[in-house]
Amino acid sequence: MNTSLKGNWLLVLAMSLMSAPLVIMYGFQLIDSISRPAPGGIIPQEWELTNWRFLWEPIDSARPSIWRVTFNTFVFASSTALLVCAFSITAAYALSRLNFPARRFFLAGLIMLHAFPTITLIIAIFIVLQFLGLYDSLMGVILVKAALELPFGIWIMKGFYDSVPWEIEMAGVQDGASRFRVWRELILPQVKPGLLALLIFSFLAGWSEFILPLVLAPGADAQVLATYMNAVIADDTRPDYGLFKAIGMFYALPVIAIYLLFQKRLMNIYGGGTKG
Amino acid sequence: MQIKLQNFTKRFGDTTVIEDMSLSIASGEMIALLGPSGCGKSTTLFAISGIHRIDGGSLHFGDRDVTTLPPQDRPVGVVFQNYALYPHMSVAENIGFPLRVQKLKTAEIKRRVGEMAELVQIGNLLKRRPQQLSGGQQQRVALARALVRKPDVLLLDEPLANLDAKLRLEMRSEIRRLQRETGITAILVTHDQIEAMSMCDRIALMRDGRIEQISTPSEMYERPASHYVAGFLGNPPISFVQAEANGKLILGAGNALPMPQGISARGAITIGIRPEHFGPQHQGPSVSGRVSFIEPQGREDLIDVTLPDTQRLRAIVPAGHNFALGQDVSWQVDLSRTHLFNADGARL
Ligand SMILES: Nc1ncnc2c1ncn2[C@@H]1O[C@H](COP(=O)(O)OP(=O)(O)OP(=O)(O)O)[C@@H](O)[C@H]1O
Ligand SMILES: [Mg+2]
Repeated sequence: MNTSLKGNWLLVLAMSLMSAPLVIMYGFQLIDSISRPAPGGIIPQEWELTNWRFLWEPIDSARPSIWRVTFNTFVFASSTALLVCAFSITAAYALSRLNFPARRFFLAGLIMLHAFPTITLIIAIFIVLQFLGLYDSLMGVILVKAALELPFGIWIMKGFYDSVPWEIEMAGVQDGASRFRVWRELILPQVKPGLLALLIFSFLAGWSEFILPLVLAPGADAQVLATYMNAVIADDTRPDYGLFKAIGMFYALPVIAIYLLFQKRLMNIYGGGTKG
Repeated sequence: MQIKLQNFTKRFGDTTVIEDMSLSIASGEMIALLGPSGCGKSTTLFAISGIHRIDGGSLHFGDRDVTTLPPQDRPVGVVFQNYALYPHMSVAENIGFPLRVQKLKTAEIKRRVGEMAELVQIGNLLKRRPQQLSGGQQQRVALARALVRKPDVLLLDEPLANLDAKLRLEMRSEIRRLQRETGITAILVTHDQIEAMSMCDRIALMRDGRIEQISTPSEMYERPASHYVAGFLGNPPISFVQAEANGKLILGAGNALPMPQGISARGAITIGIRPEHFGPQHQGPSVSGRVSFIEPQGREDLIDVTLPDTQRLRAIVPAGHNFALGQDVSWQVDLSRTHLFNADGARL
């Protein structure tokens, strides 16, 4: 008992030390955003909210308001998440349960796409979007992001489906229900924890996406928070780091909130999604 | 409902699991599919239920050809080995699901679920989730769900395998009671000979996708059709000894038994002697050897006798005897109850 307590204590200490740099960075990000240090120093001298002014006034006339951009980001992230989930729950079920031609090929393709450095596709995607007239629109980026997230989503959901016993399905069929009804009423409820985790994960993936909107939707109309921040720091001749930090905080808040709210559920994805 | 399976063949990919099997079950009969793991019991069961497609042959329920009918349309209830209850539904919802699929009225569903729950004696558990039930209770829910549609056929795939010994005993008679009360035609898949013998009207003993023998439990026990059947049934198991038939049955050095009546084989044969037909308490020709193992069982002891040529015979001897390890004995064999098999394992 004693030794295990001591062992745990050491573990906690070691982990605290290792995560200390991260915590300190986050701490200073917050402090810096609401204070002004002496030039060249790090100790806050004065407390002020001017860095957060972007919340109630446009930071300059050429830029869309932060709320517009936040709304875009939200639409982008949630549409991506919904699309990924909708396709994953059906495609993963088929891969897990149905015996269709070229199933093995699809499975192998899924694993490959899952590990594929998608950024190498960006030129091709650009051309496709241009051809479809979806270049520089939120819709286009949503479709691309959802498509790129799908292999992960399908793979995770397939893991959850695989852990639902076959017998439940056979029992449902024997009880007279159609395959579709069995899926909807008997199988889907069993994979709900996985679905929720996937929904959150793909929302966060969309929320933090930077490259795709940057390349595929550079205009002001489709701007999301990541590209907005990029523009803020890149444009100015004299970059306003305080403002940049405050926007960064603002951008990270939903992510932190979601993790705090759902961390237990998110762990599910590792519990249920590991079986091939 | 009479079930008639004719020339049934089942393949998985290139492997033929069951070839040309025929089985006929009378209405209201309960039959056991008994056999070792992997012999095709579940495959046969699921072919009858409709979950597996039949690759050859035909299946009739009564006069109706159901060979190509999907499982949803077959009047069949199935109890799975792990019960396959729906974990997100209450007991009442589980039992009511087949009725809900049939779009019955809520009141009617409630009535029939209540009725069924009473029949399997779980009326007080209807609000619980399956995870909150013991193995035996889950089993009862699974039975109720399988029977609530009032199917013509009940299929049970190793329904007792996940229960502890005491519950197994209880559910054995419970399942039989339900089957008798509902008069349903039932097929029980099991690899436990005691389950098969105690619960069923007839046993179909399977081996490698074929039916080795099909008959009543006592017939199968007393007149096994083959070496394999004789070895499968009986606990403690039957002892086999090799003998040379030459007017007499010569059991190696010094021991010989007279030929049983009506048998005129010559050459190498196998004699099967059940432990309850060998021992000092029997009448008949004797075989001598040395006591090599004693296992007390309370009411009686199991004693192994090693013959001079190292073959062994096992005996059940009532407790209170004075035999000791290493003692030389000469015990009697109940000759009329021995089983003789030829070199191919067929009964003589
Ligand atoms: N879906 C399948 N695909 C390929 N082979 C299968 C499949 N299902 C069963 N088999 C094979 O068919 C044979 C019979 O299987 P089955 O499940 O009927 O055995 P069983 O008698 O029920 O055994 P157990 O007592 O272990 O349940 C086995 O050799 C098994 O490997
Ligand atoms: Mg089986």
